Amino acid sequence: MFEQLLMIWSDSAAISAAIWLVLLVTVLYLGRQQAHQLFATLGQAIFNAMRLAAFSVRGLEQRLVQRNRDVLIAQGRIQAEKTIEREFNRVSTLVERDLGAYPKLHRKIADAIEKIETDYQASTQNAPLPPAWSEVVETIAALPTNGDPAMNKILNNIKDAIEESHQQTLKAYQKTTLERHRHLSTMQPQWRTLQSSMDNVKKTLDGLEERTRTIDGQMQRYEAIRKGEDPAINALTSSSITQFLIAGLVLVIATLGGLINFQLIALPMSEMVGATSTIGAMRTSDIAALVIILVEIAMGLFLLESLRITHLFPVIHSMDDRLRRRMIIITLTILSVLATIEASLAYMRDLLALDRSALQQSLAGVAVVEAQFRWIPSIGQMVMGFILPFALAFVAIPLESFIHSLRTVLGLLMVGVLRTLRVTLRLVGSLSRYACQIVTHLYDLIVMVPLGVERLIKARRADHRPEDDWDDAPAMLESKRIRNQSTADV
Amino acid sequence: MRLLNTLTTRGRLAVAALAVSLVLSGCGEPPIKSRAVYMLMDISGTYTEQLDKAEKIMNYLLATLNTGDSLALARIDSASFNEEDIIVQATFDARPSAANDQKRAFQKQMHDFIASVNGGSAYTDVTGGVMQAVDYLNETEAGEKYLLVFSDLAEDLPEGHIRDFPIDVAGIQVVALNVTKLNRDNIDPRDYQTRLDAWQARVVDGGGEWRVLNDLERMDRLIAMN
Repeated sequence: MFEQLLMIWSDSAAISAAIWLVLLVTVLYLGRQQAHQLFATLGQAIFNAMRLAAFSVRGLEQRLVQRNRDVLIAQGRIQAEKTIEREFNRVSTLVERDLGAYPKLHRKIADAIEKIETDYQASTQNAPLPPAWSEVVETIAALPTNGDPAMNKILNNIKDAIEESHQQTLKAYQKTTLERHRHLSTMQPQWRTLQSSMDNVKKTLDGLEERTRTIDGQMQRYEAIRKGEDPAINALTSSSITQFLIAGLVLVIATLGGLINFQLIALPMSEMVGATSTIGAMRTSDIAALVIILVEIAMGLFLLESLRITHLFPVIHSMDDRLRRRMIIITLTILSVLATIEASLAYMRDLLALDRSALQQSLAGVAVVEAQFRWIPSIGQMVMGFILPFALAFVAIPLESFIHSLRTVLGLLMVGVLRTLRVTLRLVGSLSRYACQIVTHLYDLIVMVPLGVERLIKARRADHRPEDDWDDAPAMLESKRIRNQSTADV
Repeated sequence: MRLLNTLTTRGRLAVAALAVSLVLSGCGEPPIKSRAVYMLMDISGTYTEQLDKAEKIMNYLLATLNTGDSLALARIDSASFNEEDIIVQATFDARPSAANDQKRAFQKQMHDFIASVNGGSAYTDVTGGVMQAVDYLNETEAGEKYLLVFSDLAEDLPEGHIRDFPIDVAGIQVVALNVTKLNRDNIDPRDYQTRLDAWQARVVDGGGEWRVLNDLERMDRLIAMN
């Protein structure tokens, strides 16, 4: 068909193609102005439409950014309030525990000081110092006796009396000194008591000071969040992403734990519900094992919710304490029962594995060997079967963090997607307009021969009739318009 | 703002949907098929010397098949289209422990039979055995059906028995095991290939799949593992 159409003018393909080309160029030349208008309008229309779409996306993006900011502020404020409340509770506990006994401590310190003072007073009653007996004795001993026995006797008597008096005074002095030392030694425990009491007071005050500093810091953070300051928002965003990653990692670990748990109970479950029935593409026994694990996780969620560790279910959180305590007991009981069931299933799995191994040995013609210490893996599997449900119960904590941080992360992702979309729309708009301009120039390139002829004719006419220059005015105006448009786009 | 709240709610729903999809991820997998295996054991002539190999194959199958699968062992004798030629058969219980007991009983019966074989049958009716096997396999309604023919495939029929007609083995994988060469195959090896080709043509024409497995060290290729 195409070939027939091509060869319509001549049997020679080249001649026919040339004729077609001339016709095409002629038609294009004749419709040049309309084509230019079409391309310009099309480019502008696409550009405007894309710009409008980008503007709408930008509005949505801004609303999303604001929403993310609000969510972050709300979460950060609640978190800061909880932290401050906890710090105040700690201060309250500190005050109640340590400073509550302060009157007693004060009385103890006062008693110690009073006792020390009494002892001090007692220790300050000095005994009279012994007179200078030695000089008197030496003076009397040095008196000349002149060989008179009566005088000698008198002097000796005086000397003896003085020495005896000296001894008595010395003894009294020594006794008094001993008494003072005794008073001073009784002061020592009082000093120690006083020192200890003062240390306790210091420790308490230091703790309070530290708490006060922490509260100050938290209050500043709270104030910054409340005002919506950018550094605080950035810190909250970073914290949220970190929480997301950590919680995600813990959830992956929990999932692996769940898989191990599943492997422990899937085989023995087939002993209970049969291994041949299926629901969809899965064995009923596998589904039953999966359901047990999921029920355990659900019980764990309810338990931690009832203990007010997590806050995923407002209904449970707002229950009155009596009902909540009942719920704790019920969920813990169910969890324990399920853990016991799992332990027994794990044991049954071990028995089945042992039976299967014995059968395979028998089929292979090998004598069945009783493995030593076979009880160790049996006990290990049972313990794992009992422990894993309780371990899985704690998945509620990272799950809560994950869900909370997911809001922020999803918001950030959405903002990223919208931003990319906006840039893409603008890019497509601009590219379309430039593409239309390029097509316009290509169009002119195709019809460049008649255009050149036209230009030559016009130039010749201009040489002959300079006054007719205004004939080119529309073309020049068009060219100027396109140039101006290009400059504006850039 | 309502739109944004909706987006948040949708995010939560997406998380829930993700969890459910993880749980039900097995739904995209092909359903688990039960298997039925029927083994025909040639007890004619000198082939009785190969029966220990057949026992090994059966032991491998007993170790490989799971709960819900079916297994049967039958002999090829002078007129094999007969239920009495089925030595032992079992569909394993859904409970693994009961299935293990069945396998032990199966093994014992099989071992007792092989030990009791002395002197082969006068003729070899392979086609009759195959027809009996097809009946059994179709009755099991298993997802995968295997017919293992432990024989040299040389048919020797008593006078008057008619077996030269097409057999319907649609949906059954026929595996010829341990196809030994006969003395006459040594004289003209083309006889061996002709025998195999003839059986392959009968099986393929009957809608089945044909395989030959002479290397019994490759028993993992015998049946598909679940």
